[in-house]
Amino acid sequence: MTEVALEGLRVLEYARFVSGPYCSRLLADLGAEVIKVEEPVTGDEARRRGPFPDDVPHPEKSGLFIYLNMNKLGITLNLKTVRGREIFKDLVREVDILVENNSPSLMKELGLDYDSLKRLNQRLVMTSITPFGQTGPYREYKSYYLNTFHGGGEGYLLPAGLGYVLYPDREPIKAGGFIGEYDIGLAAATATLGAYFQAQITGEGQYVDVSGTEVIAGLMRYEFAPYNDGWIVNRASWALPIGGLVQCKDGFVEIMPLMEHMYEGLLELIDPELAKDERYQYKNIMLSYARPVGGEEDDVRQNLKDIIEAWALKHTKEEIYHQVQANGCAAGIIATPEDVLNSEQLKARHLFVEIDHPEAGVIKCPSSPCIYSQTPWRYRQHVPRLGEHNEEILCSRIGLSSKELRELSQTGVI
Amino acid sequence: MNKMPLASIRVADLTTGLAGPFGTQLLTWLGAEVIKIESMEHTSLLRQTAEARFINTNLAKLSITVNLNRPEGLELVKRIIAVSDVLAESYRPGVVGKLGLDYESVRRIKPDIIMLSLSGFGQTPPEGHYRTWASIVGGMGGLTHLTGYPDGIPANERGANDTRGGQHAAFTLLAALNYRQRTGRGQFLDLSVRDAVCCHIGDVLMDYTMNHRDPGRRGNRDDIMAPHNCYRCRGEDKWVSIAVASDEEWRALCRGIDEPELAGDRRFAEARMRWRNQDELDRIIAVWTLEHTHYEVMQILQEAGVAAVPSFNCEEIYTDRHFKERGFIRDIEHPERGKQAVTGPPWRMSATVAKIDTSPTMGQHNDYVFGTLLGMSASEITELTEGKVIY
Repeated sequence: MTEVALEGLRVLEYARFVSGPYCSRLLADLGAEVIKVEEPVTGDEARRRGPFPDDVPHPEKSGLFIYLNMNKLGITLNLKTVRGREIFKDLVREVDILVENNSPSLMKELGLDYDSLKRLNQRLVMTSITPFGQTGPYREYKSYYLNTFHGGGEGYLLPAGLGYVLYPDREPIKAGGFIGEYDIGLAAATATLGAYFQAQITGEGQYVDVSGTEVIAGLMRYEFAPYNDGWIVNRASWALPIGGLVQCKDGFVEIMPLMEHMYEGLLELIDPELAKDERYQYKNIMLSYARPVGGEEDDVRQNLKDIIEAWALKHTKEEIYHQVQANGCAAGIIATPEDVLNSEQLKARHLFVEIDHPEAGVIKCPSSPCIYSQTPWRYRQHVPRLGEHNEEILCSRIGLSSKELRELSQTGVI
Repeated sequence: MNKMPLASIRVADLTTGLAGPFGTQLLTWLGAEVIKIESMEHTSLLRQTAEARFINTNLAKLSITVNLNRPEGLELVKRIIAVSDVLAESYRPGVVGKLGLDYESVRRIKPDIIMLSLSGFGQTPPEGHYRTWASIVGGMGGLTHLTGYPDGIPANERGANDTRGGQHAAFTLLAALNYRQRTGRGQFLDLSVRDAVCCHIGDVLMDYTMNHRDPGRRGNRDDIMAPHNCYRCRGEDKWVSIAVASDEEWRALCRGIDEPELAGDRRFAEARMRWRNQDELDRIIAVWTLEHTHYEVMQILQEAGVAAVPSFNCEEIYTDRHFKERGFIRDIEHPERGKQAVTGPPWRMSATVAKIDTSPTMGQHNDYVFGTLLGMSASEITELTEGKVIY
């Protein structure tokens, strides 16, 4: 029997780009009804971002927008108008959760801050996502996704290891895509569900203030924690005695023999003779790394590095991945998008799904990293065209007449 | 004071490493009682090698020691599961089956249990049993390939790949808890950390599924915005990130860096031209930033209305006045290591305040869990301790 995890949960979203929309999409995927509010005419800025099918820009065909807004309903509303705000408040009365990612001052200026909205709906959980949170000296600072990623301390450590060794004078960088913004949306969804869980019991909602830079810094705790031991990690800090990123015949792999049995398995595979040599024992290669070592030992390690690199260049990434793993050592491919799409493991997990979209056609995208035994991820609702559900929501849900709807459309409210 | 959202929830926590413990730590910040089940037989790698990392991923948990190599030890775990709402584990796929703690067995002990199995590649064959570390799931998920200088090699994130998976674990468990609250039913959750990476670059992967394009590595660059980069500042390895999204911000930047005539420069007149000529733009900006500290750049440009934020290192995060004032950085008192600086939850809730206790020492809560919770007598506990079952 398959069921819906978040059945009956109603969410209003007044958010754009990645973090806020991803937060509410995570809820929509599990069965929540999400009403997305966009500005009339222009809509969410993600609509103007690619990828577009065949590279033809079209506000209804943005891959980014489709990915972040599937399973939602969409309406347009101009919150700069009095009528727009009234309708917004009518919707707030109907929902359990409001997700927004505007600047802290905007919601206050509009009279749509939590204190005002809670008077309309005691049960309301309101989640605000901003780069620096609602309090503190930086709260109104401007920060795009690049800035937030660096402000949370993640950029400072990229590239590390070999990437830093090769280019020690270059700038720190962000990780690929909008990864930090997704992480922020996920953290917001977690806190939101926690607050909702409680509101179900007590009948009282609360305000959830999510700081993007804090989400990023929180994810960096493995790297940051040794600060307590006086260690300030930087891009030069990461290098394995052997292994790590290695170039192979058709790309890159990562080989990480961080435990004795892994190391022994790797050596067995690459050069069984070396595996018998005392100088190449795990304790002499991997464990002596932290203390000063003599020249001879360095030569031994360098020799082993050379052997591994030469071996890797003779093999493909698929061969290395499966063979090293078969010998009990952790290894992986530095997967290109093509490798990801071709992965047998991901196929077995049905990570990629095909969704049909009225404008963009059939599109393949990832679904959920979790397989739920009772309440599986489901594609239930195509991505809303701008204002697609205006009539459905505004007339049947909050009782506007079709005449009113026409007037609102003519006056630019919707 | 209000009760925490998950005040009524108890988690039996068999996770180790980074991803799982971070996931259950997020639940402690929402008020859940998390019982970390450890063993002297298999001391956690982080406990052995990097105590500060262990502390920062096990805050506010309870710790008990149970020897899972002994059948009596497994019985104790089952008794804890019987009084828990959630069982979380992150062993290599297959291990819980051997221990008799797989979902089918566990639900016989507690029919509405929510069980989360977290692993690098998921529970499913063909590669579920493969060995992984955090940076390997980043590579396998496709993120590492996309990270780096355009002319450089791939660059991998480290711990963030795992903590991202832990964040998904907490979200997934909350969804399952909401479902159970409504229906009374538990379920089994098979979470793959690598798949979490894929999901967070979904739009990039769609460029491949739509157009067969691999966008490769782009450094700090953006498709639309320019300038959009990190610039060297005064000091040792100090950098500031600057991003400009509109003509208005562009003019503000020109004023901020004392180059007002640049605003009229035809090479940079429109967003598209700034994007095309951003190498030149980067050189001009870097000349100015080099004369200032990254904090000065942030202050000057933010006042002008430009997004400029330092590329902070960990010391700056731990000591920055903003993060301190918001209570994101806290000092806790660890029983063995004394004062420790830790980062708390990235959210503040208006009605409930997260409790950020220290991480436990090994077996610190044996008496509470075995005595108070399971109702075992003191002599029984002593006997099991001497017999190395509670161990």
